[in-house]
Amino acid sequence: MESITSLLSIGLAAVLVNNFVLSQFLGICPFMGVSKKVDTALGMGMAVIFVMGVAAAVNWPINQFILVPNGLGFMQTVTFILVIASLVQFVEMFLQKAVPSLYEALGVYLPLITTNCAVLGATLQNAQKGYNFGEALTYGIFGGVGFLIAIVLFASVRERMEFGKCPKAFEGFPIALVAASLIALAFMGFSGLKVW
Amino acid sequence: MNVKKQFIEGLITQNPALVQLLGMCPLLAITTSMFNGIGMGAAVIIILTCSNVVISALRKIIPSKVRIACYIVVIAGFVTMVDLLLKAFIPALSKSLGLFIPLIVVNCIILGRAEGYASKNGIVGSALDGIFQGFGNMCALTLMCIIREFLGAGTFGGGLLNGGAGFQILPENVVALGMILPVGGFLTLGVVIAAVQYFMNRPKKTKEVAK
Repeated sequence: MESITSLLSIGLAAVLVNNFVLSQFLGICPFMGVSKKVDTALGMGMAVIFVMGVAAAVNWPINQFILVPNGLGFMQTVTFILVIASLVQFVEMFLQKAVPSLYEALGVYLPLITTNCAVLGATLQNAQKGYNFGEALTYGIFGGVGFLIAIVLFASVRERMEFGKCPKAFEGFPIALVAASLIALAFMGFSGLKVW
Repeated sequence: MNVKKQFIEGLITQNPALVQLLGMCPLLAITTSMFNGIGMGAAVIIILTCSNVVISALRKIIPSKVRIACYIVVIAGFVTMVDLLLKAFIPALSKSLGLFIPLIVVNCIILGRAEGYASKNGIVGSALDGIFQGFGNMCALTLMCIIREFLGAGTFGGGLLNGGAGFQILPENVVALGMILPVGGFLTLGVVIAAVQYFMNRPKKTKEVAK
């Protein structure tokens, strides 16, 4: 019972309190780049959840059983990014063969995920905090859920902003950043939230 | 060799952070004190220059199908070196930048310059490109730091000048703490980019702006 509540609190913290995008600033590039429409934002978010979960599950044993026992802890960054890059490639090929419909839906976003710092950030944090396997997996998946929530909220705000008027200098990227700042302000309300 | 043109492109017209909009994560996350900004900027200059040189030297050997993976390995190698050096010699900076040093690996500026410049040009040009683009990025980081630090903590040069505390300019009870929180990061960057767009468009469209 103890472990389930601790997992839940890790998940809740990753989604709301320490949201990957809005309070840790991880994965800003896709957050700004792929958020013009809700549909595409949803696709990107789903792909990120999937890759973050798998990356956390694969990198944990690699770190625990190969890097740490051999004193290769300093190779974490290189190893993790290689694992993520090959994982993304592999997932892409697998989905293309096995689940073509899902591949169609995610296809464009998969290669972009390699350079999403949320994925690398989550695995590095897992290693730093010394999470066990269940905790690492939870942190990865719920970190992805947090990303999904943030990007979908942001995309729906941006869709409506298309019709609004704003000063010429602010058009495009700057006004989107101002909107993101207001969403971040809303998420600040979750800081200090503790259920368990 | 167009050194002057490259310099102006890196610093102003093609500034990687404020015009090309690359590498947003560190620009938002760590720009809370001048120490962080300059430290991060310097780390990026070193890594960008080294990886540009290596990638440019290897550009005829790397097969184009696996080039992105090769670039990432080169970049990750240099990032690990810088990470270890910082841990050993400037532990304070390493501690305050934390996760964002290993995350330089996925900073789009470095991969973007590798793909866009170093893979097509000679070694000397690539090295200069790395230095100038990195310097432009450092200026953007420092600018963000100065604004956010001034409004959020009321100080100038925190962590660096005046024995680490920085010079207190605004009294502590009038500052807006939000500016050094994530909210202020997004807001400041939005306003800074808007200002850049305003000045870049002004010579052509004077009438529209004047209205």
